[in-house]
Amino acid sequence: MTVLGIDIGSRTIATAILNEKGELLAGQVSDSGPRPLERAREMAGNLSSFRRVVATGYGRHGARADFATDLITEIKAHALGARHLFPSCRTVLDIGGQDSKVIRLDEQGRVVDFIMNDRCAAGTGKFLEVMAQGLGLPLEEMVAAASAGDGEITLNSMCTVFAESEVVSLLAAGQPVGAVARAVLNSICDRTQNLLLRLGIEPPVVFTGGVAAIPGLPAYFTRRMGLPDLLVPARPQLVGALGAALYGIKVNKATG
Amino acid sequence: MTDYRKLWSDLGMDLEKHDRLTSALPLIYEEVYLQQPDRPQAMEYFDLVVAEIHSLRIAELVEHRRRGGKVCGAFCVFVPVEIIRAAGAVAVGLCGGSQFWVPDGERVLPRNLCPLIKASVGARLSGTCPYFQSCDLLIGETTCDGKKKAWEVLGEYAPVYVMDLPQMKRPQDLAAWRGEIELFLARIEELTGYRVTPERLAEEIRLQNRLRQALERLYQTRKADPVPISGKDALLVTQVSFYDDPRRFIDKTEVLAAEAEARIASGQGVFPSGAPRILVTGTPMAIPNWKLHHIIETAGAAVVCEETCTGTRFFEHQVDETGRTLEEQLQALAERYLKINCSCFTPNPGRLEDIFRLVEAYRVDGVIYYNLQFCHGYAVEYYAVEKALKARGIPVMKVETDYSEEDTGQLRTRVEAFLEMLR
Repeated sequence: MTVLGIDIGSRTIATAILNEKGELLAGQVSDSGPRPLERAREMAGNLSSFRRVVATGYGRHGARADFATDLITEIKAHALGARHLFPSCRTVLDIGGQDSKVIRLDEQGRVVDFIMNDRCAAGTGKFLEVMAQGLGLPLEEMVAAASAGDGEITLNSMCTVFAESEVVSLLAAGQPVGAVARAVLNSICDRTQNLLLRLGIEPPVVFTGGVAAIPGLPAYFTRRMGLPDLLVPARPQLVGALGAALYGIKVNKATG
Repeated sequence: MTDYRKLWSDLGMDLEKHDRLTSALPLIYEEVYLQQPDRPQAMEYFDLVVAEIHSLRIAELVEHRRRGGKVCGAFCVFVPVEIIRAAGAVAVGLCGGSQFWVPDGERVLPRNLCPLIKASVGARLSGTCPYFQSCDLLIGETTCDGKKKAWEVLGEYAPVYVMDLPQMKRPQDLAAWRGEIELFLARIEELTGYRVTPERLAEEIRLQNRLRQALERLYQTRKADPVPISGKDALLVTQVSFYDDPRRFIDKTEVLAAEAEARIASGQGVFPSGAPRILVTGTPMAIPNWKLHHIIETAGAAVVCEETCTGTRFFEHQVDETGRTLEEQLQALAERYLKINCSCFTPNPGRLEDIFRLVEAYRVDGVIYYNLQFCHGYAVEYYAVEKALKARGIPVMKVETDYSEEDTGQLRTRVEAFLEMLR
């Protein structure tokens, strides 16, 4: 029988279905929408076909009360998922729609420390989305414009709302789009680096979450931070759901 | 049956607004407190105190004032209540712990100020806290910049007296603090019209020592595994100690402690044996701020100790009872109160020692550092606490939050992930 992992985040919901050997049979990502729990139930499909349904992410408690058999936090889920894809992983950087986090693992892959951004959206996927809107560009074009642009404009505002007006003012003042896009990426990059440095970076670092899926962005981060390569899974948005499903397999084994 | 609406109205309260405040509390209390399994019987008294928080005790204060007595309100564990009571006045704690009062506080204070100060000032401005309304004098202190300046604002609404607490612990600071206590004594005597005699002060010193010992006895029981009382319940007892009649409080707390001791003897607990044991350290939690404890305990861990002003900082260390003259007694008071290790002192190595000692004594698995937003002293001191704890291999996590509920989801994730790490 298969196991379903479901990661109910603020912006997206991801599912991962594994067979007993831990092989990924199917993975899906969709917008959370206004009613995430209903959306999650739809995506889960036929529940009786799974031996276990493990929920993670912001909506895990709602899902556990409704249809899931188990729950784990997204910290543990990302640790399990990243370690499965990159068995030597010692640090996980996850930037999702509404939070960002750094997780440190020991040699056995156990979580030994973690840090999350504070309550606001600065330094998260939401920040990038709002800035891209201000620039009038899709996310990946914003990254491309930033990579091609030059100049060292700095965004002074950490706050997403203020930073957006700053972006608009910079454009109105005639700054080139590439330079402003650079300022946006540098802002989130420096904030992320701070988070990494506060916990200490132990390579290899695996970069997960929706932000890691933006083409060109992991490479931009690596250049700017002067880091060894960030390891990016083929589908970074699935890592939480994958970790949740892996946990389900573990529980299955433990319970026989 | 007392007509409380008349009583509140006579205190100059905004009754409509007050109704809105008090209508929310029973629901929260039901969810946070009454739904806990296997609570000690003796918690009934403390449930009653909360249910009647703006009535029973207020009626006592009103009666005391009707007979010519005075009431003093304080905001900090550094204020020597022994002196207030020895001069015939009643002392009550006034720290605001509800989001309800924050918007009113923000009418006159910056938004980026600690919620405890905003709520306290807002409680007075909105006329919805009968304790504030019952006070003849508010006692401030200089434990942080936010409070220092807030007294000036509060002074427009009520008489305020400020004690200047030194921020270092050198001999000259102790001498200065002792001088402050003498001035305080004179001010309270002026307020009540009674002389403080060594006999009366000795009596109040003994009484407050007994009150601290009662709390200490209750906290001792939290060292057991399984723990006989929840962290939420123990926190509530400490919170109530700031309001209640001291003699009644001591009696009720002794009964509760005895029940908890009996539970230990029979191996009865409110969490399964082996549940993760958490020490909360940091800023105070004024009633009805139960947010972090509730998140921790509904995630399956037990809060076994608070190294906070609503915890050990309030009741550790007794005042020397051997003083026979006012001189000796004031010196003993100054010495005891200056032993409190608040982050307003620089340097503050004693707090680290306290945390290590408590981690050991309460068999703590992990430390959660509770920081009210914009409380800079504690926020900066986290650096030293984190470094020292991690060097000893003790897991620690900082939580920075205010009184609102909007970050509950994020906090829950952090707390649960921290517990996953400990298990």
